[in-house]
Amino acid sequence: MATAVVSPKVNHIGLPILEYRGGKSTLCAGCGHNAISERIVDALYEMGVEPERVMKMSGIGCSSKSPAYFLNRAHSFNSVHGRMPAVSTGAILANHTMTTIGVSGDGDTASIGMGQFVHLLRRNLPMIYIIENNGVYGLTKGQFSATADLGSKLKTGVVNELPPIDTCAMAIQLGATFVARSFSGDKKQLLSVLKAAIAHKGTVLLDVISPCVTFNDHEGSTKSYKFMQENDEPINEIGFVASFDEIEVDYSSGEVYEVEMHDGSNLRLRKLLEDYDPTDKPNAVRTLMEAHDKDEILTGVFYINTEKPTFIDQLGLVDEPLGTLPESLTRPPKEALEALMAALK
Amino acid sequence: MATADLALGQLEGEHGAKKRIVNDFSINVATVNGSGSQSANSVLLKSIFGMGVPVSGKNLFPSNIAGQPTWFLIRASKDGYVARKHQAEVLIALNPETAQADVLALPSGGVAICEESLKLNQLRRDIVFYDVPFDKITASICPEAKLRKLVKNMIYVGVAAQLLAIDLGVVEAGLRRQFAKKQKVFDLNFGAVKAGYDYARANLFKSDPYFIEPMDKTAGKIIIDGNAACGMGAVFAGVTVVAWYPITPSTSVVEATTDLLKNLRVTPEGKATFAVIQAEDELAAIGMVLGAGWAGARSMTATSGPGISLMAEFSGLGYFAEIPGVIFDVQRTGPSTGMPTRTQQSDLLSVAFLSHGDTKHIVLLPGSVKECFELSMAAFDLAERMQTPVFVLTDLDLGMNNWMSEPFGYPEKPLDRGKVLTAEDLERLGGFARYRDVDGDAIGWRTLPGTRHPKAAYFTRGTGHTDTAAYTEKPEEYQALMERLALKFEKARELVPAPVVVRDTGAQIGFLAFGSTDCALTESLDQISKRYNVQTDYLRIRAYPFAQAIREFVARHERVYVVEQNRDAQLASLLKLDLPADQVVKLRSILHYNGLPVDAESITEQFAVKEFSHQESL
Repeated sequence: MATAVVSPKVNHIGLPILEYRGGKSTLCAGCGHNAISERIVDALYEMGVEPERVMKMSGIGCSSKSPAYFLNRAHSFNSVHGRMPAVSTGAILANHTMTTIGVSGDGDTASIGMGQFVHLLRRNLPMIYIIENNGVYGLTKGQFSATADLGSKLKTGVVNELPPIDTCAMAIQLGATFVARSFSGDKKQLLSVLKAAIAHKGTVLLDVISPCVTFNDHEGSTKSYKFMQENDEPINEIGFVASFDEIEVDYSSGEVYEVEMHDGSNLRLRKLLEDYDPTDKPNAVRTLMEAHDKDEILTGVFYINTEKPTFIDQLGLVDEPLGTLPESLTRPPKEALEALMAALK
Repeated sequence: MATADLALGQLEGEHGAKKRIVNDFSINVATVNGSGSQSANSVLLKSIFGMGVPVSGKNLFPSNIAGQPTWFLIRASKDGYVARKHQAEVLIALNPETAQADVLALPSGGVAICEESLKLNQLRRDIVFYDVPFDKITASICPEAKLRKLVKNMIYVGVAAQLLAIDLGVVEAGLRRQFAKKQKVFDLNFGAVKAGYDYARANLFKSDPYFIEPMDKTAGKIIIDGNAACGMGAVFAGVTVVAWYPITPSTSVVEATTDLLKNLRVTPEGKATFAVIQAEDELAAIGMVLGAGWAGARSMTATSGPGISLMAEFSGLGYFAEIPGVIFDVQRTGPSTGMPTRTQQSDLLSVAFLSHGDTKHIVLLPGSVKECFELSMAAFDLAERMQTPVFVLTDLDLGMNNWMSEPFGYPEKPLDRGKVLTAEDLERLGGFARYRDVDGDAIGWRTLPGTRHPKAAYFTRGTGHTDTAAYTEKPEEYQALMERLALKFEKARELVPAPVVVRDTGAQIGFLAFGSTDCALTESLDQISKRYNVQTDYLRIRAYPFAQAIREFVARHERVYVVEQNRDAQLASLLKLDLPADQVVKLRSILHYNGLPVDAESITEQFAVKEFSHQESL
């Protein structure tokens, strides 16, 4: 084009990043959740996902507001507290052709929503489940959540004496097929994980430590920026090469765990933890449990399984979305009713 | 014909029961649950049906897997009355634990068919006893011990058939249908029926007055339970997503739906055009229904009282965010866990206003199995047209018992998928506002996720929202939304199934009722007419919000009795919120809430007390 000067940079489906943005955030300045929204925008843009082909799902809480702050061109459903999994399940059954991103928080997932969360994991429903994990309830002014670490201290001086729920360990055990943890402050890692998550077919559980600048970013908190900067222990360095990219990667074999994704893209996990195999379930859980004892916050891709059938595969659904099937396919013919009636006479 | 075998002289038994009572009595089969008596009961019921005699069956069963008392009431009624009869005249006493009480509960002149070894025949002198050695007969024809329990049940079918003069050929035909592809099973069962029949013919002396004689009142009719009918309605409404959690007495709604979907909704390539998901609880079930409804699927769940309570929060979201979904509530006896296997109509108020805040719901109230089918279909259309959850309220009596019905007709109209904008529409319009009332019907247009247009998306939320679905806390915006929702509900009055005028003769006294109360009430109104020579009118309500016709009915009558199966007069209360003050004072309640299906006598008695004491007070 002659006027190339004013043309914005576009992705491989021809959209500028502007088309992936959301509304202005109403969360606190510096909130980790805002950084996560930005990375979601980057990841969807870089992956060239058609915005209208995404469903944004959430429950209630600061985290659950964030779907309003990315991808305005996608339908969004901000549901009730702890119930994003059920609403997502229904929506995905109605239209399994969509990319579904669920955003939840630690309270929304690990307390009020625990019942639905664990069952979502069992079903390996194709969706990306992001927990924006700050260890506290923000909207109600800073009570501990169930992911708060032992010994972590509130601003008021109250110390948490109950063990935290490790949502990643649970997810690995219960059937999620892509389980990772990241930190909202680690742009590079979070972006790579999100891109791989978009390429994955099955349940992605992504726990993102996302400091609450208002209620949980002080000395004594284990979910603060400072604590994460000091204690974040990546188990692998994540490289993601999309199917449409033509990039040669210079990892030498042996130190890289390579995973071929469903869409033809490649996930390359450079091992930082010796011999870490992200397909070994028991080892993944053990590694997480051991890290708790050492007060380390492990991040990276803990577990991946690209073979396991999704819930949609198991149900044997038609390729088209159930929600928009024509009447000819959903209402049985007159003869069918007549045959049923004859059998009841 | 079996009747030919009985000499007329045989009828003059020691109780002098000379007058034959034909096609107008009830049989109570008292057994133990888990003993497999259900199929024998069904054969007996269908045999009477096969004789052309109107019949109904009521299973009074315990909340238990096996070993507790259960009663199955079969009513034959030449007049077509299918409600539970106040007292059963013929008892088949097979449960040793309750046999004594069951015998004592018989009316004078009644009949008890008992296991011989129970030695019950000394209990009363005013009834006819037939002692049958069920266990001995069973042992003689069934060498396999583990099958004996089932065989024993079929023996009483044979004994009853012989004593009541039910044609053995009809029983055989019924059994053949039931075990169409299982010759061995048929042989075993019919052998047992015959053994009972032969024993009765050779050893019992007919000395009671009860007979089944052929009629032609069941020709072309079907027998089905309400839950199966609801499932059928859902399938013919094109349901695509079913999410549920098992709970008595609604479970068979989903079982029936699932069976039909598996048979009728698999493509030639073997792919399913439906998804059935057993959720982790009712919270999840309704969440899935709303998620699916939001994304364009016709979705449903089925539950009962405790599940309804759990669905409260989501129901409010469905109302406020305007998301379609169909919820079947097969009511059981509350409060709390209540009596899970007994019936009641006591969820009406909680369903009508389910959830906090100013929430109200469309509730459909089928009064027969045919309406279970028809109103199920209507519910899916209404949910999408009105963009709101729609509840279908049945009960255990209607849902789990067998009812005679005219066959269901195929829907004449295509599915009404409501107001949905496509990408082409959006291109033409240049955009849309999700919650704006552009047509004056208080219903906005919606789009479905996946619609390929940059202006298709909107943000669904349970928080305060503007007509463009943006968050708001502004007083005028919130209030405008609430007013539109109220107007939408108001408009639903004439879109929901209209009330049925059962009788409108210009009488002074009117009756209002809903659901399964109908069968007992119509019988009761005949009793009232015969016994007291009082004429009455009757309007059957089929939906909330109430149609204008209900107001007009109340206006036309001096006194209006509201008959329902709950303690707190829930329908009357709901009417009182709706009717003008001068009509409210006309309402009087007739209530039945002991867990058993309401019977005509109970209504007639209460009516007499209220009506005639009222007249005295004038």
